[in-house]
Amino acid sequence: MPLTPEDIAHVAMLARLGLSDEERSRYGAQLDAILEHMTRLNDVDTSPVGETAQVGELVNVWREDISQPSLSVERALANAPAREADFFRVGAIQE
Amino acid sequence: MSSTATHGTDTLRVGDREYQAVIGLEVHAQLLTRSKMFCGCSAAYVGAPPNSNTCPVCLGLPGTLPVINRQAVEYTVRTAVALNCEIPEFTKFDRKNYFYPDLPKGYQISQYDLPLSRRGWLQFHVDGEQRRCGITRVHLEEDTGTMYHAGDVLQSATSSLVDCNRCGVPLMEIVGEPDLRTPEEAREYLIWLRRVLMYIGVNDGNLEQGSFRCDANVSIRPRGSDQLGVKVEIKNMNSFRAVHHALGYEIERQRQVLEQGGALPQETRGWVETQQATVSQRSKEYAHDYRYFPEPDLPPLQLEAALVERIRGELPELPDARAARLRRQHGLGDYDAGLLTATREEADTYESVVATGVGAKLAANWMLGDVARLANEHRLPLQQSGLGVAGLAALLRLLEAGTISGSVAKELLAELYRDGGDPAALVEQRGLGQVSDAGALSSLIDEAIAQGSKAVADFRAGKEAALQSLVGYVMKQTRGRADAQLVNRLLRERLGG
Repeated sequence: MPLTPEDIAHVAMLARLGLSDEERSRYGAQLDAILEHMTRLNDVDTSPVGETAQVGELVNVWREDISQPSLSVERALANAPAREADFFRVGAIQE
Repeated sequence: MSSTATHGTDTLRVGDREYQAVIGLEVHAQLLTRSKMFCGCSAAYVGAPPNSNTCPVCLGLPGTLPVINRQAVEYTVRTAVALNCEIPEFTKFDRKNYFYPDLPKGYQISQYDLPLSRRGWLQFHVDGEQRRCGITRVHLEEDTGTMYHAGDVLQSATSSLVDCNRCGVPLMEIVGEPDLRTPEEAREYLIWLRRVLMYIGVNDGNLEQGSFRCDANVSIRPRGSDQLGVKVEIKNMNSFRAVHHALGYEIERQRQVLEQGGALPQETRGWVETQQATVSQRSKEYAHDYRYFPEPDLPPLQLEAALVERIRGELPELPDARAARLRRQHGLGDYDAGLLTATREEADTYESVVATGVGAKLAANWMLGDVARLANEHRLPLQQSGLGVAGLAALLRLLEAGTISGSVAKELLAELYRDGGDPAALVEQRGLGQVSDAGALSSLIDEAIAQGSKAVADFRAGKEAALQSLVGYVMKQTRGRADAQLVNRLLRERLGG
């Protein structure tokens, strides 16, 4: 079931990718091929296998509620693309 | 806009048809953990300098991995059992994907199809009547950072500012069933829910600072219909009053749209306090596409029955049950029992005062009267006042034993509340003990009669009330220390009344 141009545009929008028409058709075809490849899994009989999102078989990996030192404000903001006082600065957002 | 919907009945009129409102509430409550949900940064973000409680995990830097805070899970289980929820043995976290600068990762770790708990209920009261609202689910997620927009602080209108201190603070979402019908019901549900969360010690209940937040879904439908109308989501209500007003406004707005033959779009509206109105938030009109998927960085949770049962066993007596017990055990009325159990501290205080032997009614009257007034005046609860709980108990015992009079107790209460001190020592030192010895009062009775010849004559002529001025004279001379009932009796004897 090939992806429609609308599907590609929607996925690009969700990922905030500004694609040109040419890129859209090139990456669209690639994404199509990936999904096509994955459909091979439909041929495998998975009826005896339980549904899971993890294969590590780990459960209850947790930590105690202990507060640790944080980064300094300078270190935290060191990679900020833009900064104002001790805040990260981003484009204006209308609330 | 007048809000005919907010008073009394839940019936609305659209033309000649009866309608009713359907309200469901979603509450977000921050958990009182020391550290964040998935990293060791401090969760105490209020008042912290901007971006001082962050680390590579909560800043969403590449290559980092979250680790679940066990206490946050236990607090959520505690909440779920307090709200009578089922707790499945298996639960997991999911990613809710969206781009917004308040979460630098680009997704929120939340729970989607296998939440920590489901299908509970909360009992509450509206005007003395018991109600019950279903709880759809209680799940665990992480809070977002704080955004400052143009006008909030100093920055220009072309940018917004982000503080990540709140990113990753453990957050519980409590989704209620659409079982509520009026703004009053919604408000009471919230008051009782907050009370439960504070009783069990998982949340501090601060609406203004946003540690307890509420969104509402509201629609209206013809009475008797079992279909839900088009629902409108309301945000930005940060007080019980705001919830009440916003719902009243929104129900009436929807009624008017339908009455004028209009249609209601599904939308999100924000409550604007300064306009006392809900306003459409157009930027969020298009449907969200969160693309939830299981969080690959977190192994799932397998909550053993023993863990759940331990937490259930540790649950304190809940406010509703405690109020019922106070009514039964101490013969208190509905209203007094409700007030005395409004917070766990208040109920503990009351019970510890009564446990020292002070009468239940007397303790209730003083706590809800003078003590409540002083707490309000000084903006300081009894527990933190100079008097303290033990001091109040000691003072009331002196009163009950007849060692001091009611008016002396009242004066001492106000003074001790402010300055502290030992009630018994103060009574001794200042000679405030009640004078209830007929011999000691005898000369003052004589004096009262001598100076009050008009009152004496009036009383003898049958004017009962005239006696009060003579009693008042004795009370004044003893600075309130005389036993007023005894003075009354002695005067009557002397005047042959």
